[in-house]
Amino acid sequence: MFDTSHLSRRQMLQFAGGAAVYGALPIITARPAEATPAMLASAIRDLVGEATVKVGKVKLEIPPLVENGNTVPMTVSVDSPMTADDHVKSVHVFNEKNPQPNIGNFHLGPRAGRAKVTTRIRLADSQKVTAIAQLSDGSFWSGSVDVIVTLAACTEEVP
Amino acid sequence: MASALVNVPPKAKKGAVIEIRTLMSHIMEPGYRRTAAGDLVPRDIITSFSCRFNGEEIFRADLFPAIAANPFLSFFTVATESGKFEFEWIGDNGFVANASATITVEA
Repeated sequence: MFDTSHLSRRQMLQFAGGAAVYGALPIITARPAEATPAMLASAIRDLVGEATVKVGKVKLEIPPLVENGNTVPMTVSVDSPMTADDHVKSVHVFNEKNPQPNIGNFHLGPRAGRAKVTTRIRLADSQKVTAIAQLSDGSFWSGSVDVIVTLAACTEEVP
Repeated sequence: MASALVNVPPKAKKGAVIEIRTLMSHIMEPGYRRTAAGDLVPRDIITSFSCRFNGEEIFRADLFPAIAANPFLSFFTVATESGKFEFEWIGDNGFVANASATITVEA
């Protein structure tokens, strides 16, 4: 239930401080929320339903080693001609270990000309980021990338 | 207060694929951070961004706390005719911001 291998030094210190103050209160309160692979799976299932997600077509570009998780450049592109008959309807980006599994949903259309979106994201931990594209024929395609983060975002203390 | 930067090419050839880049100043407080006293800082993010061209929506994004502060978005569209791009950001606590840009499309 409480996996210490996920704890950073800061979380350990918070826990120690919290325990000193609260005595025997459940230690789980000292731990920031974290999405689990089950939450990721359910977020993806909410999107795709019973459809199968094929691997390919989607290219996710994130630097493999990120120093600061607070602002991580991310580009997602989908191999598609972007015509009225064959285009990308939407691209959904998910993560494994942030407090929430969603990062962003991007709705495109044949008018986009090129299925490519760039933004900057936050990553709370070293993890896998997955993008799923829904094409106009209803099929789903995915691409993933593993990212190592040295300074985590989202759950740090506010100065 | 809210300041937006949008970058749209002022001119384009008809049928060309052009890149649109937008930057919005916003803290994007994720709602998971705590103060030193242990209080949770409430969420304050932009939840939705949309871009319309001559009234027709050409791009929309749902944003989550995992989008970095001062959300930057870059996307593409086909230059079909001269007209006006309208951008809208909507967020928590009644946040709304708008920007626009015009383009001249040459045959």
